[in-house]
Amino acid sequence: MKLAFQIAKRFLLASKRQTIVIILGIAVGVSVQVFIGALIAGLQDSLVNTTIGSRSQITINIEDEYITGYNELIDTIKDSSENIRVITPTITTSGSLIKNSNSEIIVLRGFEFDSADDIYKLTEKLTEGSTLPDEDNEILLGINLKENLGIDIGDTVEFDSAIYDNRDFKVVGFFDFEVNEINNTWTISNINTVQAIIEQGDVVGNIEMQLNEVFDAEDFTKTEIAKNIDNKYNISTWISENESLLSGLQGQSISSLMIQIFVIVSVVLGISSTLAITVLQKSKQLGILKAMGIQDSDASLIFLFEGLLLGIFGAIVGLLLGIGLLYAFTTFSGTDIPISFDLGFLALSAGIAIAASMIAALIPALKSRKLSVIEVIRNG
Amino acid sequence: MASILSLRKINKTYGENTKNPTKVLFDVDLEFEESSFNSIIGQSGSGKSTLLNIIGSLDRPTSGNIYFKEENLGKLNNKQLAEFRNRSLGFIFQFHYLLPEFTAMENVLMPYRISKKEITEDVTSRAEELLDIVGLGNFKHKLATNLSGGQQQRVAIARSLINNPSIVLADEPTGNLDSDTTEKVYELLRDINQKFKTTFIIITHDRTVAEKTDRVIEIKDGKVYLDISKQKTL
Repeated sequence: MKLAFQIAKRFLLASKRQTIVIILGIAVGVSVQVFIGALIAGLQDSLVNTTIGSRSQITINIEDEYITGYNELIDTIKDSSENIRVITPTITTSGSLIKNSNSEIIVLRGFEFDSADDIYKLTEKLTEGSTLPDEDNEILLGINLKENLGIDIGDTVEFDSAIYDNRDFKVVGFFDFEVNEINNTWTISNINTVQAIIEQGDVVGNIEMQLNEVFDAEDFTKTEIAKNIDNKYNISTWISENESLLSGLQGQSISSLMIQIFVIVSVVLGISSTLAITVLQKSKQLGILKAMGIQDSDASLIFLFEGLLLGIFGAIVGLLLGIGLLYAFTTFSGTDIPISFDLGFLALSAGIAIAASMIAALIPALKSRKLSVIEVIRNG
Repeated sequence: MASILSLRKINKTYGENTKNPTKVLFDVDLEFEESSFNSIIGQSGSGKSTLLNIIGSLDRPTSGNIYFKEENLGKLNNKQLAEFRNRSLGFIFQFHYLLPEFTAMENVLMPYRISKKEITEDVTSRAEELLDIVGLGNFKHKLATNLSGGQQQRVAIARSLINNPSIVLADEPTGNLDSDTTEKVYELLRDINQKFKTTFIIITHDRTVAEKTDRVIEIKDGKVYLDISKQKTL
């Protein structure tokens, strides 16, 4: 082992230029992989984040009924899956807001702000001067309602429900979700306010949650939750509601994977053809080593070690190059394309490059076994 | 004197399973004695190289047996043969075949390292001693490529001796050296033969070279044509 490693090292050092070229070849492959991988992961993260980052990813409700005893239900759900990042009860009703002669149809949502803020990122979306409601009958409005109703912070506005009694609400602020539908129709208050309107006692309409691993929603987390709660509850996930988005994301992942696979294949081909040539270059040395009694397995190890060393250095240089590329890209491209990579991804890219180099070295390693000592020695 | 290597009815055919098999060796019987100094001569194409490869366990005979002392080499698998070569044989080749990536000292130590034993102080000083014997004590840390042809061949001789082999096989060891150097190399081999009692089998096509050995075996058309031993001077 030690001898094979030392011979491998000497072989590589003896032909420095060739070694550097191979390492650069691997490095370029790794850097492309890191760059493309980080770019596509970034795009995907940002797409996922824009689409489902500020909404419920799994929602539980009962058809045409409110949920009673929701605190116990929340505890049960929380205990059933570790993937749940945040969970919150919400209650929703609808009606119109009336100010002077203006009237707008709205959806009134009751939130428990402590946890709901973690899903809807309300505090980040408040406009200047706005605050979250502190007391009952205080509301936040979608930013478009400000103009449509002609109201401002501190005003009182009348809520007209077709079914229940009318109420007066105090406007404490506006939010901007950057989605017209929400900005036109959402009105947010605390849970108490909505509960008081519908007069059903301490009930909520939905249990909403966000997950750590959003793509596990349908196959894992939903099943885990379903096992623990009564089957009168509907469990819906963002995945079942967004099939087209999901297939888009999958398409992106697959294309990223394909690019990475082709990069690896080209790296493997490159290394194995270069190493195959080194078997020829080093055939004299191999011949004499075999005459001196080196075992075939040790002779093969020389080439595997060459592959390993090339892979390790190629991976290191490649990672640096890739990170440099990403840095240059984010700094100088002037675009807003997000980049996402973590140590795990870098380690994986490096690991794949090293493994690929070893696999590439297998071919020359096996070839070295077939080398005929006699021919090499007699024919020089 | 005891026999160290004996060849019994060795035949070698190349391309056995093809349309035109070529038979190179015909029932060769040979016996080599311990610490003898032998040469095998023959024209190119005579079969002497094939014989060398078979003696050196680099190739297997088509039929017949080779015994090293009492051991039938035909019964060993490739791995065991490699071990046998490493332990009992030393090789010297025409084109030296040092590993150019390593220094003279490292080249000398290579067969020892192939045996997977730890490098001890004993073996390092033995390597140094061998380099001294071949007159290259001052060149031990030079890369093989930085040595002259004659120096490289002397390193190869030191290398062939590091594992204390019973037999040293030399294939045209002076084939590409000038006549002065040739003379020196032969004196060196002879000295080693006497000092370490190592058996030498030298393959050459040069009759004047062969005449310096104690026994000349001439191979012709795949058979032992002549086998002359010099009278030992008392």
